[in-house]
Order: sequence, then C-alpha cells, then structure tokens
Amino acid sequence: MKLNVNGQSYDVDVPPEMPLLWVLRDELNIKGPKFGCGIAQCGACTVHVAGNPVRSCSFPISAVQEQEITTIEGLGSPEAMSAVQAAWVEHQVPQCGYCQSGQIMSATALLANNPNPSDEDIDRYMSGNLCRCGTYPRIRAAIKTAAATVQQFDPQTDSVEQEQAS
Amino acid sequence: MSKLGKITRRTFLVGSAAIAGGVAFGVYKYKQPIPNPLLKTLGEGQAAITPYVLIDKSGISVIAARSEMGQGVYTTLGAMVAEELEVALEDINVIHGPASVAYYNSASLEEGLPIAATDTSSMANMVRENIDIMGKFMGLQLTGGSSSVPDGFEKMRMAGATARETLKAAAAKTWGLPVEALTAQNGQIIAPDGKTLAYTELAEAAATIELPYEPALKPQSEWKLLGKSQPRVDAVEKSTGTAEYGIDVQLPDMLYATIVSNPHRGGKLNSFEASTAKTMPGVQDIFEIENGVAVIATNTWLAFNAAKQITFDWDPADYPTNTAAVKETLQASFTDERLNAQNRNEGDVDSIITDDNSISGEYFAPFLAHASMEPLNATAWFRDGKIDLWTGHQWPTLAVQVIAQETGLSEDNIALHVPYLGGGFGRRAEPDLVRQATKLAIKLQGRPVKLTWTREEDTTHDFYRPMATARFSAVMGDDKPEALKLEVAASSVVASQMVDRAGLAMAGPDPTVAQAIWDQPYGIANYQVTSYTTPVALPIGSWRSVGASQNAFFQESILDELASAKNLDPLQMRLDMMTHEPSRKVLETVKAMSNWGSPLPEGHARGVAFCIAFGVPTAEVVEISMADNKVSIEKVYAAVDVGTALDPRIIESQVVSAVNFGLTAAMMNEITIKEGKVEQTNYHDHGHIRMYQAPKIEVKVLENMPRIRGIGEPGTPPAAPALANAIFAATGQRIRELPLNKTIDFV
Repeated sequence: MKLNVNGQSYDVDVPPEMPLLWVLRDELNIKGPKFGCGIAQCGACTVHVAGNPVRSCSFPISAVQEQEITTIEGLGSPEAMSAVQAAWVEHQVPQCGYCQSGQIMSATALLANNPNPSDEDIDRYMSGNLCRCGTYPRIRAAIKTAAATVQQFDPQTDSVEQEQAS
Repeated sequence: MSKLGKITRRTFLVGSAAIAGGVAFGVYKYKQPIPNPLLKTLGEGQAAITPYVLIDKSGISVIAARSEMGQGVYTTLGAMVAEELEVALEDINVIHGPASVAYYNSASLEEGLPIAATDTSSMANMVRENIDIMGKFMGLQLTGGSSSVPDGFEKMRMAGATARETLKAAAAKTWGLPVEALTAQNGQIIAPDGKTLAYTELAEAAATIELPYEPALKPQSEWKLLGKSQPRVDAVEKSTGTAEYGIDVQLPDMLYATIVSNPHRGGKLNSFEASTAKTMPGVQDIFEIENGVAVIATNTWLAFNAAKQITFDWDPADYPTNTAAVKETLQASFTDERLNAQNRNEGDVDSIITDDNSISGEYFAPFLAHASMEPLNATAWFRDGKIDLWTGHQWPTLAVQVIAQETGLSEDNIALHVPYLGGGFGRRAEPDLVRQATKLAIKLQGRPVKLTWTREEDTTHDFYRPMATARFSAVMGDDKPEALKLEVAASSVVASQMVDRAGLAMAGPDPTVAQAIWDQPYGIANYQVTSYTTPVALPIGSWRSVGASQNAFFQESILDELASAKNLDPLQMRLDMMTHEPSRKVLETVKAMSNWGSPLPEGHARGVAFCIAFGVPTAEVVEISMADNKVSIEKVYAAVDVGTALDPRIIESQVVSAVNFGLTAAMMNEITIKEGKVEQTNYHDHGHIRMYQAPKIEVKVLENMPRIRGIGEPGTPPAAPALANAIFAATGQRIRELPLNKTIDFV
C-alpha cells in the first residue's frame, strides 16, 4: 500500500484495517501523533487527511488511499515552526505536552476553516481534544494569537521564525 | 542499637522518639559523601563537577534528577543551576540523568511529618531538618509530594555555585592568576585584562580540582533568572512533536508487546486459550506472565488486536465484589481496632456535642484513576549481562530495585532511562510496568521489546485514589463553630504503595489518611479529628495531592454547612476562625479577586474553599451559572502562597492545572467495582473536563510563608469543595458525595 505523509511517499505492507496511527508510529517511525485512547475520545492522535482533521487511532489505513497525510512533523520544525506552533511557544502552552500534537493539529484545521474563531467556535472545535494537565486557557489564547498571524500566513505551508516566549 | 538497625532497613522515621536514634547515626552517615554517579560513565574530556552539572567541549548539561511530567521542573531546576553558574538558561541542556541514591529527595518526606505547616517552632524546624537526613539514608529518588522545588532550592543552586567556583579555580591555574581576580559571566571565566575562557574549554582542567571551600550563594536581590518567568526548556519540543516520551522509544529490531492482566486485581490466571490469537498476522509469541498473558508482535496494534482474541479463566479477587460492599466496609471502620490516629484533640467535644444540639452528616469520595494521557509503557533490552530500560517514571531508584530483583543483576549493570512523562500524577511512581517489561526482556533475551498497555488496561489496572468517608458532628456558636468532631476513614495509601509495593518498612500511623484535615489553621475551641484505616480493596496509590484531595472536600463542605446553619457568610466565617496570617491573606486575596459579596447575574453563585497542604495555603472561589438545571463553571479565582515564587508563570500554570484536575474529579470521575472488576475502561466513561467546560482561571501568587514550597498539588484540594459550595449557594442542595454529576447535571 502506498502512503503519502508530509510530502514523502512510503510503501507499507500491513492489514487494510490497521489504524493510520499505528502505521505512522510503528511502521514509519513518525512519532508526533500520540496514542491516547484508541477509540477517538481524546484526540491525541489527530492528523490531517487531505486537510481534514481525523482521529488516526480509529481511521483504517485502507480509507487513506493516496490522500495527503499531514502530521505535526509536517507543520513545522523546531527551527521553523508554523504560526500555530509559534503561538503555542509564545503562550507557553504545553505542560506534560503529550496531547499537544493533537491540539495543534486540531487548532491548525480550525484556523484553516475559520480564520477568526470566536470563543464558542474554539470551544466547539477543540472539545474533541482532551488535556489532562488542563492547559485549556493557554490553548485558547494561543489560538487567538495564531489567528492574528494566520491572517497573513497559510498555516499548512508557511512557517514563521521561532519566537522565544517573552 | 535496635533503632540504628531500623534506619538502615529504610524505616520511615518520623516523630521525636525515632529521631533520637536517627540523628545520632544519621549525622555520622550523613557526612559520608555519596559517590557521584556521573563519574562512572564519563566520556573523554567530560567533567562532572557535581552530580548535577556535566560539562564537556560540546556544552553544559544539568541533571535535573526529577521527572518532567508537565510541572516544569526541568526549567525551574535548570534555572537554579544557571543562576549560580552564570550561564543563560538556553545555553544549558537539562536532562533527567541516571537513577542514583545521590539524587535523593528529602522534601518528599516532609508532608508525612506530624507537624502542621503552620508550626514554625524550633522543635518543628529541627524535625524538618532531620527528615533531610532520613531522605539521604533512604535514597529515595522520587518526583512527588510537590517537593522538587523545595528539595532542589539549595542543592541545585549549590551545584551551580560549586561548578562556577571550580571553573574559576581551573582558569586561575591555567592563567597563573589569583582566583579572586576572576569573574564568571555568561558561560565564561573572565580575567582582569578581558581575556576569556569558555566553561566548555575549562572542563578537563576543572575535573582535577577539588574545591577547598564551600561557595556562597547569591542573595535573592542579585537573582537574574529566579523570581522571573523563564521560557520552558521543553516548550519548543512539545509544540513540534519532537519531544520523546517513553512510548516513542525506538530501538533496532524491536518487538512490541501488550499484556492483559487479571481484572480481578491480585487474582491469578487459571488458564487461557489463544489458538486463534497465535495465528494472527505479526504475532510472535503469547505466554503467561504473572497474573496475565503477554502478546509479542511486530507492531503495537497487532499485539492489541491479537490480545482481543484470547479468552481467559481468571481467579476472583479477595476484596468485596462491588462498590456498595466497599462502602459498607468504610462505614463500619469507625472502631477502636481500625483507629489510625487521633490527629487533633482540643477542648472537649464529647461533653459539648449532644444529639439534641448538634448538626451532623456523612460524606463520601470515590475511587479515582490517574488517567494520564500517555498510556503506561516501558521498553527493555536485556543483553550481554546488562539491561537497559526506558520508561517515564517518578521513582527511578525503586524502578532499579525492581529490575535488580527480576534480573539478579547488580545495579552497575542496570541502566534506567527516563524520557518525558505524558502525565504522572502519582501513577508513574508505581513499579508494575517496570517489572512486567523486565520479565519480557528476560524472556526475549537479546531483543528489545516495547510494552504498551491499552487505555482499557491502564484504566482498569490503576492504583486508585482510595474511596473515603467522613462523618462529623458540630455545635455552632454565634459566628463560628463552638465544637467540631471530625472522623475520616480510608484505606492506607502508605500500606498499599510504600509497604506492599515499594517494600519500605513503616512506623506509626498513615499520615495520608488525615492529611490536610487535622492541621487546618481554624480556631475552634473544641476540635477533634480522628482517622481510621479500612482494609485495602482495590490497590491504591498516590493521586495528585493524595489524602488532601478528599479531605478538603469533607472539611470545607462541612464548614460551609455550618456557616449556612447560622446564615453566616462562609468566607467571613473562615476569616473569623483563621489563626494563621498567610492563610488569612490568601482568603482575603480571593475575596478581593472574586468581588465576593457583590451582586451576580441571575442564576450565578459563588462558593469558597481553603486548604493548606504541602505547606501551601490555597484559597479558591468558584463561580457557576445554572441554566436548565445544568451547572456551568464560569470562573475560578485562586490565591496560593509558595513562600518564594521562582517562576511565576509556571506556578500559575500549575495552579490552573491542579484546579482543572480537581474540578474534573469533582464533576464526573469515579471508579466503581462490579463482580470484582473495575467498570470504567476508557475516556468515554472516565473522562476529563473538555474545552467547552473549562472555566477561566485567575491566579495570584503570594510570598508570605516562611519557606519555599512546591506547587504541583496544592491547587487541587479546594477545587471540589469550592464547586460543591457554589452549587449549594445556587440551588440550596448540599451534595455530600462525589462525583457531583450523580446528583446534578453539568453542561
């Protein structure tokens, strides 16, 4: 089976019902998407398939086919972060950090669909992503900062210089 | 001599009698240096000046020796070293480092002392100093008890200062200049004529120098990093998916495993049937392992999938088969045989309280799971008479002890690697995963294996916050209680965790049963607190803030009941009873922050609660709104006093985190037992607060307490009672059993 992840193509030989998450993590060594629950309840595994956020723990590989898959690694790197990632650092969002790959993928998809979300929009869109550390207030603030930046940048492709938190 | 013998057997020594033996022996032993564990593994050109600072040509590493599970220890402990070392925080690499008794944590023992945090007498301080010596004896390298900051505050700064002075001495020797003439700045030693040598260039020379004096620490007025919010050293990694957690460890030719253990906790496996599972793709092996079955496969999902096809015949557990029966055992625990301790007894409650003149009631708190976001996992590789094990762990020295037991190897041949923890909250202080992964690695000699639990296994095989109950009777005076009799009962966390699983001997009552309910700074003339222990049902452990998590709910709900019985303002009544100034100030602070007493919109109400736990007075006000008989949490105000605030933003984040943790449990969490098994399995039935439910939280940090304290846990205890008290204010309904959603709906 052929996969296209973060602009690179891969050949994998796995059962068709294998969830995308485990193909990424165990077969392709792409470790940004996290395993949290296995039943699409926590959002730690969120990645984009053709630009749409999906819970990859419950998304069979056979449903992906030739579509473009983007993981947190495809958004940016420590040296060149995306606008959303930079906002996460600016607001010092992560604590344990385990859920944050999924949070950032959901936030990126939110802003791609809705460049200027209200509090209610954020609540609705982000409620599929759990955070046991309770970083929600900082996530909300970071999304708003990123929204201001995203007005000028496409979060899927552009990146901004790394910003240190003040 | 018998007392001395006990110390070496790692007895918990608290209280004055035990200290007499502990000090005499302790002081002698205390002065013997513990070997620096970094010296064993130094590479060419590396210098480890103290166990906390490692320098070579490529850079400076600080060994935090505490687990980074979100609480920001890498940043704050790193800043302590950087402050004295005179180097920028971004120029050091903070790592966990090896497991070693050298990294003992003394402050973690302090919460268990029978001394109130408000007690500043010389006797109390002497006992606290002695617990430091105990910590060294026991060699507990442990992250927990909100202790990393108080434990590291002097050690880490001293490590930085020692390294700085040693580097100066090395430069003085190199240049032939007097050490007094040199200064340290920004990672360099500077000579009077302006020439410089980088610390990295001096590392080799510094390694040969033993500092002849103890360096002085900077006064607080000269701090450049401490006292100011620093960018977290892990923020970029954790925002780019590049931070490595235990579950991300990847080794060559690695196998993947999962284990299904008897859901009747402690029960044996009678038999299992895996003929279908064995034929499934990628399955390498299926075999019995202590009370369960391990599946080895070529990836995690294949192992999970095969495990679902196994059928088991489990032995039952030896505890009650349902929650109601555990509750009955708890209610029957207020007996002399089950007495843990009479923790407080002032005045004479029994002569004042009668059936006719008193208010009384009974409270319950359920079992709770930790439910960290990262399911439990460990990776082990046993080869050539050595073992490496990777796991996010809060108690590395215990992990090494367990690996040694299982392999028979000496500690020199055991390497424990501690990556980032995807949450811990006490769960990752347990040895079970380490033991399982070690057994797998022994079986699979030569091949590394990563063991990952399913979320279902994680939820049903936790070491839970114990179920607990309290009952009270009280007589109200005009403006405060005249008499208050409190009795609490729970299973002993210390007996289950520290004795049964960690193998520590333990003297005296369990301090966690009455934690933060016996020592609250309320002046009540007749005041009695008694604690009882109940036989352990489900295995229990330390859950963020331990006994304080349920006891604050009991104490602060009860005070609210008493205030309302006389139509008193509950916040003012607490202020009128308060005997401790810093505690009064946190209450006054939340009063001002929340505009307590000012009119609120229709359907809104406020509740207040206070708790001093882990030495941190904390007051919280929760504001809710009611619509269609559903509760929304609108806003939370929290004031905490940490003595000295080293990183205000991290402190604020920890309080926000702890409040959400407490609210989550209060709103919706309970673990129940049916037919001997835990009923909840995953986030659909043991969830967390979500974005749409999460309130705005405002935090103020005060610094009136005399000693520096940690802040991972103190925000949790007042959250549940402040919420329950707000619900009472809004509805007149007093809810005496958690979780609240058994009685009232939330948005």
